[in-house]
Amino acid sequence: MSKRRWSLLFAALAVGAFLAPAGFAQAPIKIGVIEPLSGPVAASGNYVRMGAEIARDWINAKGGVNGRKVELVIEDNKSDPKEAASAAEKLIVRDKVPAIMGAWGSSMTLAAMPKLEEYGVPMVVETSSAASVTKRGNPWIFRISPPSEMEALGLEQYVDKLGAKKVDFLAVNTDWGRGSIQAFGDMLKKKGVEVGAAEMMEQSATDMNAQITKIKSTGGDTLFLTTAVEQITLVLKQSQEQRLTRKVITTGGSSSPTQLIKQAGAAAEGSYHIVFFMPWFPEAMPDGKLAKAFVDEWAKRGFPFEGLTEGFRGHDGIATIAEAIKIAGKDEPKAIQAALWKVSFTGVNGPIKFEKDGPAGKESGQSKPSIFVVQIKDGKVALPDFLAKK
Amino acid sequence: MDALLQHLVNGLVLGGTYALLGIGLTLIFGLMNLVNFAHGEFYTLGAYLTFAGLALSGLNFFVALALAIVLGAVAGAACERLLLAPLRGQSIDTTMLVMIGLWIALQNGELLVWGGVAKSIPHPFPTAPFTLGPVSIAPLRVFVVVTALALIVAAWLLIQRTRLGRAMRATFQDRETAALMGVKIGRIHTVTFAFGSALAAAAGALLGPVFLAYPSMGDLASLKAFSVVILGGLGNLPGATLGGLILGVTEELGAGYVSSGYRDAVGFVIIILVLLLRPSGLFARAERIG
Repeated sequence: MSKRRWSLLFAALAVGAFLAPAGFAQAPIKIGVIEPLSGPVAASGNYVRMGAEIARDWINAKGGVNGRKVELVIEDNKSDPKEAASAAEKLIVRDKVPAIMGAWGSSMTLAAMPKLEEYGVPMVVETSSAASVTKRGNPWIFRISPPSEMEALGLEQYVDKLGAKKVDFLAVNTDWGRGSIQAFGDMLKKKGVEVGAAEMMEQSATDMNAQITKIKSTGGDTLFLTTAVEQITLVLKQSQEQRLTRKVITTGGSSSPTQLIKQAGAAAEGSYHIVFFMPWFPEAMPDGKLAKAFVDEWAKRGFPFEGLTEGFRGHDGIATIAEAIKIAGKDEPKAIQAALWKVSFTGVNGPIKFEKDGPAGKESGQSKPSIFVVQIKDGKVALPDFLAKK
Repeated sequence: MDALLQHLVNGLVLGGTYALLGIGLTLIFGLMNLVNFAHGEFYTLGAYLTFAGLALSGLNFFVALALAIVLGAVAGAACERLLLAPLRGQSIDTTMLVMIGLWIALQNGELLVWGGVAKSIPHPFPTAPFTLGPVSIAPLRVFVVVTALALIVAAWLLIQRTRLGRAMRATFQDRETAALMGVKIGRIHTVTFAFGSALAAAAGALLGPVFLAYPSMGDLASLKAFSVVILGGLGNLPGATLGGLILGVTEELGAGYVSSGYRDAVGFVIIILVLLLRPSGLFARAERIG
């Protein structure tokens, strides 16, 4: 061997030594993450990713799961259902992840679901609200976010206090939006509230004036708005331009009131928001200490405060999967699926424990998350009067 | 009736912005015979440049707007010099692929620089709307439509009434003859592309404050621009203007009186009808430019 060959060999060995895991005897446990990191709802997806990374770092700082480090394999679904399905396939086939968290929007989650069944890998659903996610008989689905029905039920007790007599709906034209109109519409009709217009908007639409003009002509008093924060901002601004005076209630927990105050300004004043995390008053959460720690860690990392109402989902999703792997004792898809049914702990949102949902024999898991209502008052996020007086 | 008036105003305002998006593309498409898939990215660029000028450098709103348009033209010129000039004379497919590549690269570049979170662009106009009976319209929107129409008229005058415009038309009708008449062909290509890009950047700079600025905002803009160009006919400026207004009003009325879920579909149905019945565009004359 020539001198040059020898030095090449040494170089190769040195690189090999560098790549080998230093200090961890075993390979890390991989967890797949599918989120919209680009496209119209990218902001939300990125916040969920940040929350997931906090959960990963916290778990690893405490020695990992079963003595092994947790590693996240993160895929971008580009806010597109087609991409969500191929991301799931890539994670399962190429990265061989034993469990996945995803995929934010209901349409994206629903598109990824057949892949889970095909390969037999469980997915913890952290955001999606459409009822169909847990009703399709996919036993690999475990949802920690509330379906719209649960949200509607959570709001039922406040309908009288909100003083809604006739409501209109404006929702994004996805499984989530359509499901939300159905669920809240049913609940309100049962309460004797009149339902006016039910308008849709495309996920990428920016001009909602036509819908607003139509809603204006119904003479209702309350508007239920279901979409991501970007579109909520636009609808609030355009409603102001058209002098639409309604009580606005956003559903789905993706409204990020803090971002609305920043971007919609006065147009957001007085609006109500259904949220699943209240970073403004973390001590009021079921586990105040954990919630406070999460808010502090988020701030320490320099993440924007307005992302917290999405970010906690990432934390709770990864914590749920880690908990299941701990119970299973191994990172094998089938064992994790079985263990997910035994998971019982408190996340940032509150207690996480799965109950059966969907057709018998092929049930999905559905946890019962905590649901809160906040209001934007004087440019700040506060508890609505009917809650604060208690 | 009240709602109809408001719908018509909304539709015309929206249509004016579609028209502005469309004319930049129709210029490049019709004159240069180049399918510019990156058109929407110059729109995005215009919006982010305005945001950068206002929020980061603290410029006056109108100065930031003008600067964004100028920089949009510079970016367009650079893109023509670096990417398209070496490919001159190649087939339309080759340049189309290059433009698709540029589209993807620019959009991801924007995501890298600005992040995925939408930016709200501040503007000096009052938020309280002007009202006239049942109809209301925000002052900012009035400004946008008036400016858009002014830019459209300016573009039309430049093409039809100036020496440069005549040189542009001559170049794209017959390169060789134009070159023999002393027209600097290379320069005309660069200027035309820069001009089209500046119009896209202007649309972005004007509409950014109305909506929000985010990396994928150009996709919808591109889609609308292509629709407008098809409606109006390639290279036809008055056609693109009318096409934009027609698309805006149709979408608005479709959403208002048929179904808001099919809002975009209404626009596309019209385009399919136009392609079936008048394939060279609603307003095509016997012979079109280019």
